[in-house]
Amino acid sequence: MVRSGYDDVVHLHTCRGIYEVFPKGVLVVIGVVLYSLAALLLAVSVVRDRGKTAAAVKKAGMIFWNLLPEILAIMLFVGLSLAVLTPDVISALIGEESGVFGVLAATVVGAFALIPSFIVFPLGGTLIDAGAGYPQVAAFVASLMSIGLASLPMESKVFGRQFAVKRNLYAAAFALLFAAVIWGVF
Amino acid sequence: MQGLVKRYRWFAVMLLALAVLTAVSPALGADAVAITGNTLVDMLMLLPPILVFVGLLDVWVPKETMIKYMGAGSGVLGVVIAFLLGAISAGPLYLAFPIAAMLIKKGALIRHVVFFLGVWTVAKLPVLIYELAALGALFTAIHVGFGLIFFYVLGLWFERQFDEKTLLKYDITAESA
Repeated sequence: MVRSGYDDVVHLHTCRGIYEVFPKGVLVVIGVVLYSLAALLLAVSVVRDRGKTAAAVKKAGMIFWNLLPEILAIMLFVGLSLAVLTPDVISALIGEESGVFGVLAATVVGAFALIPSFIVFPLGGTLIDAGAGYPQVAAFVASLMSIGLASLPMESKVFGRQFAVKRNLYAAAFALLFAAVIWGVF
Repeated sequence: MQGLVKRYRWFAVMLLALAVLTAVSPALGADAVAITGNTLVDMLMLLPPILVFVGLLDVWVPKETMIKYMGAGSGVLGVVIAFLLGAISAGPLYLAFPIAAMLIKKGALIRHVVFFLGVWTVAKLPVLIYELAALGALFTAIHVGFGLIFFYVLGLWFERQFDEKTLLKYDITAESA
């Protein structure tokens, strides 16, 4: 049974309440705004030029169709990573490890996991509460947000493998440098 | 058939991973399926309208206009627009890829597009509120400040290594791709 909403993730996992913070509501509002705006623009476009509008919709459809295999892989990846990497597991991986090794472990876990951004930061707070250090959490959140091994096939398809691999490597460098800065400040 | 297999190879790998996980732990496998379903719904709330914007941008905005605002000679305005596009966004980074590709196609500078992707990863406004609440103002300020500088410089660096042609070899809007 798949019910909608992250609230059922709360039932699926015994976690320390981070998912309650995630407001599915915000996502719905953003979705409604995006769909309304798209509908409005399409309406304006149809009035001005039918043919061009049809071409635009066709292009949108083709992008979706062309990237669908990669998108479906990402969806499954998110499902797998959230099912396996529960807050408790992440806490065990990162919270216990300190020092440089902890920063590296956090970067690697962050690179593999794909967690919705509204969850990433509350999860970071939870990790701090659980005893993780700020540099490790810094590497973890920066890595989660900017490195995407799950979306690497899609990024490679759109921009070419060389760009995608390099951008992710530099994103890893960013996560490590950011952790170093946080280490110096906190 | 062979094309289909090649197209869906990553999806097949993920399905295999799901099968292994389910064999090891049926409960975790069921969780993964349920969460995948939720994620699909999330994706469908954001991606289709974004793709409509990308399609409309392609047919309505002439290259000259994009070059004026985000291309060579756009100066600070190009940086500001790249920042705003990334900052008002919502959702995971992969949603930004089709937008970025269309910006490049229309003549935006690669430095602006890489910066846009960077802003998307460090300075999304809706997400900043969560970062502030969970990790504090100092942490957030360093993350955003350092990130903006890093990804702006990275954009300058990438612009020297990549050009439009090598980046957009594959046309995502093409019919038989």
